[in-house]
Amino acid sequence: MAETAVSSPSAVAAAQPASASGSLLNAITSRLVIMVPYLWLLFFFLIPFIIVFKISLSQTAIAMPPYVPVLGVGEGISGFLAQLRELGIDNYVWLTEDPLYFNAYVSSVVIAAISTFLALLVGFPVAYGMARAPASIRPTLLMLVILPFWTSFLIRVYAWIGILKPEGLLNQVLLATGIIDQPLVIMNTHAAIFIGIVYSYLPFMILPLYSTLEKMDFSLIEAAQDLGCTPTGAFWKVTFPLALPGVVAGCMLVFIPAVGEFVIPDLLGGSQTLMIGKTLWNEFFANRDWPVSSAVAVILLLLLVVPIMIFQSAQARAQEQGR
Amino acid sequence: MNATWSRFNITSIVLGFAFLYLPIVLLVIFSFNESKLVTVWGGFSTRWYGELFRNQGLMDAAWVTIRVGLISATVATVLGTLAALALTRYTRFRGRVLFSGMVFAPLVMPEVITGLSLLLLFVAIGLDRGFLTVILAHITFSMCFVAVVVQSRLMTFDRSLEEAAMDLGAPPVKTFFQITLPVIMPAVVSGWMLAFTLSIDDLVISSFTSGPGATTLPMKIYSQVRLGVTPEINAACTLMIAVVALGVIAASLVNKRREVQRLRDEQAAQRG
Repeated sequence: MAETAVSSPSAVAAAQPASASGSLLNAITSRLVIMVPYLWLLFFFLIPFIIVFKISLSQTAIAMPPYVPVLGVGEGISGFLAQLRELGIDNYVWLTEDPLYFNAYVSSVVIAAISTFLALLVGFPVAYGMARAPASIRPTLLMLVILPFWTSFLIRVYAWIGILKPEGLLNQVLLATGIIDQPLVIMNTHAAIFIGIVYSYLPFMILPLYSTLEKMDFSLIEAAQDLGCTPTGAFWKVTFPLALPGVVAGCMLVFIPAVGEFVIPDLLGGSQTLMIGKTLWNEFFANRDWPVSSAVAVILLLLLVVPIMIFQSAQARAQEQGR
Repeated sequence: MNATWSRFNITSIVLGFAFLYLPIVLLVIFSFNESKLVTVWGGFSTRWYGELFRNQGLMDAAWVTIRVGLISATVATVLGTLAALALTRYTRFRGRVLFSGMVFAPLVMPEVITGLSLLLLFVAIGLDRGFLTVILAHITFSMCFVAVVVQSRLMTFDRSLEEAAMDLGAPPVKTFFQITLPVIMPAVVSGWMLAFTLSIDDLVISSFTSGPGATTLPMKIYSQVRLGVTPEINAACTLMIAVVALGVIAASLVNKRREVQRLRDEQAAQRG
């Protein structure tokens, strides 16, 4: 990475009325500004993925670390090459043979998709209401949306256990008011997971929606209605298309982490719910099978590559517009 | 205003905020419950807070969590600010696409993947799991959040100030510390706070990367929550919420005071 060339800053530095040693110093500083975070992320973010991929091709062993080959260079080049030949795709074959994994992937994607849609249904009216609120109270409303994000994720999920369980607060209220006469079973079902995901990720949906809706020119809706559009028609023809960047960003911010979610299905979904984050966790912590959990992670990452790229290009576009 | 802000808008905001806040409010209320049955009200009491402070395991975990949070947030703020500068100021350098990818991807990456991959890295380089590995892991994911927060401030930054300083002969480093940093300071501070909250909050990545003697508070709470809801945990959660709420309120007060000061300075400058 030493060749990470800095074209513009060195050009800027050269234009400064500074001594030769000064401009050299400037070039070094600007290089450091890039290199330090770059190398950190390379080492702690990118290289670990390569290691995950390598270990997903290894076999489980009763040792520490619990996999072979370790790919040590202690036995020279030939020993290293011999170890390389021990790598195989057995773990991936295993993932396709056991329907547990396939079902876990499918149900994770389905649960995440449904939750994302529900979060959009809940979040859109709130974001829209905020965007149309008097400008003086908008910062306060924004602060109120962000505030729950500052409180612990674990605590917010935990709070729902007391509400949703059979003898919990929701059932107490519904039974006392006579709306139901049998306690609802919500805890340990998919419904509990939907509630948990929508609740935990709602600020991530509202914030990008709000930032696009806030910039919208609401007289366009009036114009559409003056020209004979029904309110519903105006919504689908004007508001929604204009809010689309926010919808995409919000949905990605909810969907991607939700697919790999562990805490919510584990605490609210009970033992029957199958989600891939939980499968990976169990494979790693309960079965101590590092190679299989690595293979599970690689497939999960492949599933998420497209959504992550959509998210990043949306981010990059927003960045360009902000310039 | 009434024409645009309809009753429907107000209703949806009220319902949305009720949904966001009710569970937290209920949790706080029931931490003051006398009864051991968490969901049955047995009168007001602070006894669970007393029990909490006598629980040595939880106290140790809280201390670990605070130290990890302080160290990792501080390092993450430095690295994240550098990353934000790199992204906004240097628009062309080799590997920029990869770099911005590595900054944005951790924001949405499922925590199980980040946790597992970091653990496997630490095992591969022979680093024993413990306090240090948790800190390294927390720095890595929280620096990206800092970068995004600081970057959004840098994009609206008036660069003519910096250019003026440099035209007057100030070297870039001096320009950064005397001009740029004071202006972006609120964003850097909120970046630090975000990194700190993310760190004291994290369960999944900590579980993968920590070892014996480095159990964090969320890990401790999680292992107790799995056994059932207890009023003691409600009390612990309430304290964590209180700490965060105080921090956020303090930060917004500081920001407001700075804003008032700035307006006053501007007015004074116009008069003078």
